Amino acid sequence: MADEVKLYGVPGSPYVSRVTTALKLKGINYELVVEDLSNKSADLLKYNPVHKKIPVLVHNGKPISESLVIVEYIDDVWKGVPVLPQDAYEKAQARFWAKFIDDKCMPAIFKTIGSHGQEQVVAEAHEQLQFLENELNVKGKKFFGGDNINLVDIAATFIAYWLGAAEEALGIKVLSKDKFPKITEWGGNYINCQVVKEGLPPRDALVGFFKKRFGNA
Amino acid sequence: MGNKSEIKLLGTAASPFANRVQFALNLKSMKYEYIEENLACKSELLIKSNPVHKKVPVLLHADKPPICESQIIVEYLDEIRPDLYQLLPSVSLDRANCRFWAAYIDNKFFPLYEELRQTLNKAGQEAIKEQMIEATQQLEEAFIKSSNGKTYFGGDQVGYLDVILGCFIRWTQHVDELNDFNKFDEVRILELAKWAKCIASHEALKSVTPGKETLESFFGLINIYRPPYK
Repeated sequence: MADEVKLYGVPGSPYVSRVTTALKLKGINYELVVEDLSNKSADLLKYNPVHKKIPVLVHNGKPISESLVIVEYIDDVWKGVPVLPQDAYEKAQARFWAKFIDDKCMPAIFKTIGSHGQEQVVAEAHEQLQFLENELNVKGKKFFGGDNINLVDIAATFIAYWLGAAEEALGIKVLSKDKFPKITEWGGNYINCQVVKEGLPPRDALVGFFKKRFGNA
Repeated sequence: MGNKSEIKLLGTAASPFANRVQFALNLKSMKYEYIEENLACKSELLIKSNPVHKKVPVLLHADKPPICESQIIVEYLDEIRPDLYQLLPSVSLDRANCRFWAAYIDNKFFPLYEELRQTLNKAGQEAIKEQMIEATQQLEEAFIKSSNGKTYFGGDQVGYLDVILGCFIRWTQHVDELNDFNKFDEVRILELAKWAKCIASHEALKSVTPGKETLESFFGLINIYRPPYK
């Protein structure tokens, strides 16, 4: 029996991009069900009654929510290209950094956008980004996952692509090349990966989105 | 896991996150050396072991670099010793369900308690209590689905979610008492209330649950370092 895989989301969401990257890495055929977030479908509300958010993966009728939970589920179910390391210790480290990105980096970065690059707010985001910069330095490889992308790279998708669009839209600078050379280089490499590239929204649309949503301080 | 000093755990008696890891270690009968941290004066070992967050718990296993974040530690322990009291289920979908609710518990449910502690104005407190009621309602439904009529989230045996939520019982009880609140109101959420009593008395958790004095003095400490302000 063929697997039925549906992904409820919107093309512009970095969280949806995390999932599409994982799906493409594994070569899984899926159907993207595009949601209108101002008018959520009955299906979405049925599949994610707790948060009512995208992305939601529905695998043979069973829903899974929360992007990082979905990515781990995909890695669990489908063999092939691994998203998480095999070794339990390395796995724990990957989960640590993915959680750090979600719990600390993302909120700090969102604040810089919301505050239009206010100095103190940017400084706080820099504190968090510095940990990622150090991690890349220590690892000395192309990606957080080494020679290939893993859970951590996927978790950091926003930083690789969305952040640049937001910076351009608002005329702010958060991820400066001189302060964060490793992350900057990583970002370029990451969005060049086929499985990532295919799932990215067009840049000008993204810039337009940020201008509309956050422009005019 | 023979040698006791192979596993070291940096923790604080009052920390539910440290209790969580101890609960898991005890269930798995894994021996460990426990190192009590004074959070008002963090040791060099703690700061070096967890430079990103500087928090407990931290697991030091043999000569490997430290593992931080309690949920991650528990998953790690389960992966290296699945033969000893398996906590996470074998089925991928059930595992995803566990991780989903674990995220809910740590990101939605428990933070309400910190918010409540920091909120002094009555209207704010009432609003938070409303959210707590909603959250426990969600957890009640999750419990009913997960337990399938049995005693624990994990069924007949204590499972991952029992560990993830169980460690908060004593702490949240303490806050409830200070605020004249009862989150696991038996009238409203009977199943979860029954579960809470059951898990709190489980030997593997009871043995590491802090007493009233320990909690009071710890709360005194947090009220100084992160005082109420709302």
